[in-house]
Amino acid sequence: MTESMPVLAELTPELDAFIVEWKDKPGNLVMVLHKVQEIYRYIPRDVAAAVSKKLGVPLAKIYGVMTFYHYFKLEKPGKHIISVCMGTACYLKGGDKLLDELKKLLNVEANATTEDGQFTLQAVRCVGCCGLAPLITVGTNVYGTLPESRLPEILEKYSK
Amino acid sequence: MKYKNYILICAGTACESSKADEIYRNLMKELDAHKLLNETQVLKTGCFGFCEKGPIVKVLPDESFYVHVKPEDAKELVEEHIIKGRRVNRLLYNKPCEETNVAKKLDSIGFYQKQVRVVLRNCGFIDPEVIDEYIARDGYAALEKVLFEMSADDIINELKTSGLRGRGGAGFPTWRKGMFTKDAQNEEKFVVCNADEGDPGAYMDRSILEGDPHSVLEAMTIAGKTIGANRGYIYIRAEYPLAIHRLEVAIKQAKEFGLLGENILNSGFNFDIEIRLGAGAFVCGEETALLASLEGRRGMPVPRPPFPAVKGLWGKPTLINNVESYANIPAILTKGGNWFAQFGTESSKGTKVFALTGKITNSGLIEVPMGITLREIIYEIGGGIPNGKKFKAVQTGGPSGGMITADYLDTPIDFDNLIKLGSMMGSGGMIVMDEDDCVVDVSKFYLEFTVDESCGKCSPCRIGGRQLMNYLEKITNGEGTDEDIRKMRLIGHAMQMASLCALGQTAPNPIISTLAYFEDEYMAHIHDRKCPAGKCQKLIRYFINEKCIGCTLCAKKCPVDGCIKGEKKQVHVINQEACIKCGECERVCKFKAVVKI
Ligand SMILES: Cc1cc2nc3c(=O)[nH]c(=O)nc-3n(C[C@H](O)[C@H](O)[C@H](O)COP(=O)(O)O)c2cc1C
Ligand code: FES
Repeated sequence: MTESMPVLAELTPELDAFIVEWKDKPGNLVMVLHKVQEIYRYIPRDVAAAVSKKLGVPLAKIYGVMTFYHYFKLEKPGKHIISVCMGTACYLKGGDKLLDELKKLLNVEANATTEDGQFTLQAVRCVGCCGLAPLITVGTNVYGTLPESRLPEILEKYSK
Repeated sequence: MKYKNYILICAGTACESSKADEIYRNLMKELDAHKLLNETQVLKTGCFGFCEKGPIVKVLPDESFYVHVKPEDAKELVEEHIIKGRRVNRLLYNKPCEETNVAKKLDSIGFYQKQVRVVLRNCGFIDPEVIDEYIARDGYAALEKVLFEMSADDIINELKTSGLRGRGGAGFPTWRKGMFTKDAQNEEKFVVCNADEGDPGAYMDRSILEGDPHSVLEAMTIAGKTIGANRGYIYIRAEYPLAIHRLEVAIKQAKEFGLLGENILNSGFNFDIEIRLGAGAFVCGEETALLASLEGRRGMPVPRPPFPAVKGLWGKPTLINNVESYANIPAILTKGGNWFAQFGTESSKGTKVFALTGKITNSGLIEVPMGITLREIIYEIGGGIPNGKKFKAVQTGGPSGGMITADYLDTPIDFDNLIKLGSMMGSGGMIVMDEDDCVVDVSKFYLEFTVDESCGKCSPCRIGGRQLMNYLEKITNGEGTDEDIRKMRLIGHAMQMASLCALGQTAPNPIISTLAYFEDEYMAHIHDRKCPAGKCQKLIRYFINEKCIGCTLCAKKCPVDGCIKGEKKQVHVINQEACIKCGECERVCKFKAVVKI
C-alpha cells in the first residue's frame, strides 16, 4: 500500500492562487494542468497529487487527462527543449533529416533527454510557421528554413 | 493621413521569430534620434502572408515592400527612405520601374494580384493590439447594427443570403447551424470558437487570430446575440502563444470599450468570452471531442446526433464554428450577404484562406475567391515549383484529404469539386509536392499521424489505421504484395463506414486517393522494388558510373568502413551489401559520378 500513497507537494503561491481562482469554474482541470506545466515545466507526480486534493478530483482522473494530451510532460525535461517540426510542410522539406542529424549530434533518441540534462529532443506536429519549413524551435526561438549544416552552430549557442 | 509616413512591420509568429521585434525597436530608436516620431508612425501588424520573405517591412504611402529585413537595416531605412525619400533598392521586393521610378503597386505583385481579402481584410494593416485601429476600419459596426437594428432572424437571413459555409472542414451552411441553435429551447446556451487548428502544415486560423483578433470576438458576440447565449469560449492550441496573447489583449480592450461584458453598448445584452487552451491532441478539433476537452476531460468524440446545436457543452445547446467562419461574419453583416455572395461559385460563396506550403516558390498565406483554379494558385500566386522541378500533386484537406494531380489543375476550387476529385477542402492546408516526393511515403506519413492521434475509442480507427500503416511500411520497405493493396482498399472502406468520428472515417483518404491517381507508383514499389521518386531509402541504390575520375573523396567521406572501394584514378565501386544509403557519396562527388536509382 505504501507505494500507492502519493506524496503531496507544497503548492507555490502562484499555483495556489490560480487554483483558488479556477476551482469553481467548470472544466478547469486542463487549465490547471497548463499552469502546473508553466511553473514546473512538466507535471511532477507530487504536484499532481496536491492538485488532486485541492480540486477534489481523483488522481486517476488527473492522470487520465494528462496522458491523453501530448502537450503535458510527465518527466522532467532538459534545460533546453528542442522541437523539430514534423508537420507536413516541414517533413516534405526535410524535417526528418534535421531530426536524424540532431539525434546524432546530441547522441539521444527522439522524445528523450541528453544525459547531462541540457537538451530534450522532441518531434512535434506543426508549430504554425510552415512558410519557414523546415524548422526547429529551441525554447521560444524559431529557427526556420534551416539546413542541417547550421545545427551545430545553434547547439553551440545553447551549450554554454 | 495624420502622419506623413507609416512603417508597417509584420509581427506574425514567423516574422516575429526572425527578429521583427528588434527591427521595430531599432526603427523607433532611429526615428527618435532624428526627431521624426511625430511625422512617422511605426506599426506592428499581423501577417502579410508572404512568410517566406520575412521579416517584411512595408512603408506607406508609397507602398514600398521590403523583404528579408534585418535589425541593422533600420538605420538605412530611416536615413534613406524616410529622410531622403530614396528607396533602399537592395531590400525592395517591388523594384521600381526604371523610367518612372515609381514602385509597382502591391496588388500588381504576382503574389497579391489574384487575392481577395475578406477574412484577412485587416491582417497586415492594423496593429492587432490596438482596438482603435480595428474600430477605425469599421470594426464593431456590425455588432452595433445587430444590437440595435437587426432581429435574430434578420441576422440568420443575411448569413443565408451570403451562402457562407463553415471553414473548419465540413462546409456546413453557417446560417443553418445558427438557426438550429437559436431554435433549441434552453435557458442557457453557449458559443464556441474552434481554434484548435490541428492540420499539420496549416496556419490560417493562427494568422487571423494574431492579425485581427477583434473580428473573431465581434463575430462571437454577434453569434451570442443571435442564438441567445451569454457566454463564449475560444478553444485554442497551447502551441500558439502569440495568438493567445493577442486574444487576451483584445478581450481586455473590448471590455474596457464596453464592447464585451455586461450591458454591451447599453443595449442590455451581456456577453463574456473566455479562452481555453487545447493540449496537443488533433482529435480535439472534432467538435464533440473539443467539447469534452472544454469540460476538462479526455478529448474523445461521441456519436452525433445529438448535435452540439441541441446538446453541446455541459449538455446545453452550443454553436460551434471555426475561426475563419467567424472572421467572415462582421464583413458580411456590414456589407451585406449579397456583397459576399458575389465572390465564389454557385455552391461555395466568398473566399478561402489557404496556407500554401511545400515545394512552392512563394510559400505563404493567401486568400482567394472560391472558384479559382489550382493552376492560378500554384503558378501565378505561388510562382511555381522551385529548382526547375516538375509539379506532381497538391494535397488539400490535410490528413483527411487527398491529392490532386496535374490533370486537374484547371478545376475551379470549391467544396463540391474537391470532393469529386477525391479530396476535400479541409481547413485550408495546401501542400505542393514535386517529382522528388513519393506518394506512398507521404501516405505513410499521414497514416502515422492519424494512428498517433487516434483517440482509441473505436476499433475501426484504432486497429484499421494501424493495419494500413503496417502495409504501407511493408510496401516502402520493398516487401509489399498485390494482396496488400487489396487489403488496404478493404480496410480503408471499412474504416470509412464504421469509424465513430470523421478522424477515422477520413484517415484512409490519402491512401485511397493516391491509389486512384498513382497506382503505378505503388506497383513500382511492389513489382520492381523501386521507388520512382527516389525517396524510400530501402529501395534506392547508389552506383558510381564511368564519370568517376578516382578522386577518392567519396570513399573518404563514406561513414561505412570499406564500403566504397577503388584505386586512386580508377572508377570506384560501392558495395551494395554494406551501403547504408545515407547519400553522402552523392552529395560530395564533384563529378556527378554517383547516381541514385
Ligand atoms: C479529426 C478532426 C479534426 C478537426 N479539426 C478541426 C480544427 O482544427 N479546426 C476546426 O475549425 N475544425 C476542425 N474540425 C471540424 C469540426 O468538427 C467542426 O466541423 C467545425 O469546428 C465546425 O465549424 P465550421 O462550421 O465553422 O466549419 C475537425 C474535425 C475532425 C473530424
Ligand atoms: S509544418 Fe512545420 S511549421 Fe507547419
